[in-house]
Amino acid sequence: MAEAVGAARPEECPGTGSAQAGSAAACQGCPNQGLCAAGAAGPDPAEAAELRARLRAVRHTVLVLSGKGGVGKSTFSAALAHGLAADEHKQVALLDIDICGPSIPKIMGLEGEQVHQSGSGWSPVYVEENLGVMSVGFLLSSPDDAVIWRGPKKNGLIKQFLRDVDWGEIDYLIVDTPPGTSDEHLSIVQYLSATRIDGAVIVTTPQEISLQDVRKEINFCHKVKLPIIGVVENMSGFVCPKCKKESQIFPPTTGGAEKMCQNLNVSLLGKVPLDPQIGRSCDRGQSFLSEAPESPATLSYRNIIQRIQEYCEQHHSQEEKMI
Amino acid sequence: LPERSTNLRGVRHILLVLSGKGGVGKSTLSTELALALRHRGHRVGILDVDLCGPSIPHMLRVQDRAVHQCDSGWVPVFVGQDRAIALMSIGFLLEQPDDAVVWRGPKKNALIKQFVTDVAWGDLDFLIVDTPPGTSDEHISTVEALRPYRLLGAILVTTPQ
Repeated sequence: MAEAVGAARPEECPGTGSAQAGSAAACQGCPNQGLCAAGAAGPDPAEAAELRARLRAVRHTVLVLSGKGGVGKSTFSAALAHGLAADEHKQVALLDIDICGPSIPKIMGLEGEQVHQSGSGWSPVYVEENLGVMSVGFLLSSPDDAVIWRGPKKNGLIKQFLRDVDWGEIDYLIVDTPPGTSDEHLSIVQYLSATRIDGAVIVTTPQEISLQDVRKEINFCHKVKLPIIGVVENMSGFVCPKCKKESQIFPPTTGGAEKMCQNLNVSLLGKVPLDPQIGRSCDRGQSFLSEAPESPATLSYRNIIQRIQEYCEQHHSQEEKMI
Repeated sequence: LPERSTNLRGVRHILLVLSGKGGVGKSTLSTELALALRHRGHRVGILDVDLCGPSIPHMLRVQDRAVHQCDSGWVPVFVGQDRAIALMSIGFLLEQPDDAVVWRGPKKNALIKQFVTDVAWGDLDFLIVDTPPGTSDEHISTVEALRPYRLLGAILVTTPQ
């Protein structure tokens, strides 16, 4: 590679992240051609048709993203799944595509479960009758096994999760992602182009070090034309259970998610305060919403979940009108 | 084995800062460790191989600086009046600070190899390598590229839960 980012690009460069990266006419002779081509594009038409068939019965898909690690994506994905599945008439699926650090099995109380195969494909692991989960965690022989895979292998598994899991008819498919803007994120957007993604929920914490990465994630969404449902600010203040005084554990030195959302014209879905019970519930595999129904954090989560539901339902009915 | 470049010849020790988990404080620790070592009179470098979420430039307040080329490769950004901390990060190569680096593995691997062999570090007592969360391309490539050199070891960072 002659140079890194910002090297002399050919005039008609399709973009290093585009599906034509490395294979467009303009790529000939570019020093980065080999690399762009190696980062190959999405599924071929036959694969796309297969994915489309498998995902045909999914009504709504929500991606949970962040540029930053450790801000509470998996925690939020689990709360969203439990919140939506509280309605017995809704069928909810939670797909964990964090291949290196799959947290969802533990958070959902499903550690040690294994995936079963049937004639119709892999069976998700069910927490409730109407809430099914899939994660690489279920494929490991021990929870401490490291999955040390490069991008292409991770992409292959993600494709399998979408193609080979017998999800059945689902009202909501929630996809929990690892931090970053890399293989997993590109792949899930490309593979899910076979169905429709309602949008992304982006999770952050108040400090600038997180917002820095989250702005990049917002740009990623724009780049791949993924609608942004809104931003959730986790760890937003702490109320001491003893003296009831509020402290900012992660001070929003640059205005927090609120300011960032204003600047970037995206919706702030809500702020969730720090509650030690959240971490405890995650470690114990219990639903925080059920364990701490009176917590201010639960109230925040419920409001946010409702807003997400409204967004999805509204867009669905808009689309139906257009047809 | 990959060829030894001359750029790491003057580096006495290399430390990797790792975690499986994101958001536990790897970059914070890498920065504090570098500052503490500098305080003890050591010459320190930080190599930030978190390509999607580079935090170190902001933490050391050098996010507006740029890197330049010299005969032996890239000149790292020197922090502070005493220039006792040298830093390389993809953050310095972005046109806009909010630009997302949306790269698949092979492209990330190529840049990491360059970061290891093509940065003119000069003489350093410690080179601290800050990594992103996970056990994937960046980690495999970094360890492979550093194998011919004096890899002191890894520090693992976690939180209690």
